[in-house]
Amino acid sequence: MTDLSVSTTSPSAAIPQKSLPEAPPKVTARSLNFYYGEHHALKNINLTLGTNRVTAFIGPSGCGKSTLLRIFNRMYDLYPGQRATGQLMLDQTNILDPKLDLNLLRARIGMVFQKPTPFPMTIYENIAFGIRLYEKISKSEMDDRVEKALRGGALWTEVKDKLNASGLSLSGGQQQRLCIARTVAVRPEVILFDEPCSALDPISTAKVEELIQELSENYTIAIVTHNMQQAARVSDKTAFMYLGELIEFDDTSKIFTSPSDRRTQDYITGRFG
Amino acid sequence: MASEHTAKAFDSDLQELTRLVAEMGGLVERMITESVDALIRRDIALGKRVVASDIEIDSLQRVIEERAVLTIARRQPMAVDLREIVGAMRVATDLERIGDLAKNMGKRVAALENDFQPLKLIRGLEHMTDLVLSQVKSVLDAYAAHDLPAAMNVWKSDEEVDAICTSLFRELLTYMMEDPRNISFCIHLMFCAKNIERIGDHATNIAETVFYMIEGQQITDKRPKGDMTTFATTVPGN
Repeated sequence: MTDLSVSTTSPSAAIPQKSLPEAPPKVTARSLNFYYGEHHALKNINLTLGTNRVTAFIGPSGCGKSTLLRIFNRMYDLYPGQRATGQLMLDQTNILDPKLDLNLLRARIGMVFQKPTPFPMTIYENIAFGIRLYEKISKSEMDDRVEKALRGGALWTEVKDKLNASGLSLSGGQQQRLCIARTVAVRPEVILFDEPCSALDPISTAKVEELIQELSENYTIAIVTHNMQQAARVSDKTAFMYLGELIEFDDTSKIFTSPSDRRTQDYITGRFG
Repeated sequence: MASEHTAKAFDSDLQELTRLVAEMGGLVERMITESVDALIRRDIALGKRVVASDIEIDSLQRVIEERAVLTIARRQPMAVDLREIVGAMRVATDLERIGDLAKNMGKRVAALENDFQPLKLIRGLEHMTDLVLSQVKSVLDAYAAHDLPAAMNVWKSDEEVDAICTSLFRELLTYMMEDPRNISFCIHLMFCAKNIERIGDHATNIAETVFYMIEGQQITDKRPKGDMTTFATTVPGN
């Protein structure tokens, strides 16, 4: 005879959901706080981005998810009055170290934005420009790197015959993949995506999502999205943020079928407010 | 239940699904009662009515499935909502199977021609039906009210039904050995007893669905079972 307590939730009564094996940490935040002047925008964030995993950040507007992403590569340094406290590590490197070379950091942690932002130059130069900032290489080596990057951005077959056309002549979806290729070209370790598909049609969105999956074999990826289905489709881990706090951080399969926190559940099921 | 959705129409979609399952549950309960009544009273007309009402059950199941699929397509439900919809589909499937089992009993009424009617057997069958029917009722109430302890009570208390089924089975074997003319009747009755026992199993399936809907996980513990008919044997002449 078995004894299933009527109050249930006894762990023996249920299969714990399968979780991915823990990946070695790539980016680790400990007691991370962030301030826009007086405004305390991020409160005591503790989380780890696993190596070669896709981590999605979801939450209502103003919850701090984009702010968090911008701390990962010190974008906030561009603005006065903004500061971060606590610890944020990329492997053994302290990202918050004021003496850190930001160009090197941003080569290691690339970023793709909401709106495609190709430079007003040729497709080829869009890719080569970034590489030249960090490396001196020959023309043939450069050709090779540009092709690899465009292949990495799943764009090569579409643009290989018009590498000298302007980057701005491409469609929105192609421009976004050009930006991803540009990011990949400098061989980063981490890629941050801030709402990468919000300006794209469904087909382009699917292509970018497919690309994110492929990229996750070689890169650690963090993605901010308002599209819950997108988070469910592309990510391994999901972080739900609300009012500057990290409410729940767990396997994506768990978050979207059986989240632990009531606030997470209300948000993902469309019951907020 | 959780609070309301921002999109109110989503709430009415979910409520409609629950309402349809409740309607189907009510029909199924009636089918069980009527099929056993028909059997005991040898009421062939009632048996036929039970057989006919299965069409309604089947069509309700299709409606529930279509609504569920449509809601998934339109609302992309997550978490508790997703489990609610999957739960409705699973409960509808169990109810449809229960309907089939009751229909099968309705069909057998016409086959029970002879007057042989041992009172003890009939009492056993009636008692078993009462138990199973109250299991079905309780579990459907638990489903509607999201009452986990009530569902778990159903899940755990299927044993008595199994025990009665086993003893009926043994008794029927004895009757058949006593007089071969009883065989046809006893075989039909044996199937009916097994049908009722199966209905009890479907009630426990529904209890497991309620557990999943509320807890977000599947039950893995083994359910207590007492159906020993698999092992029941009798040696002729003993």
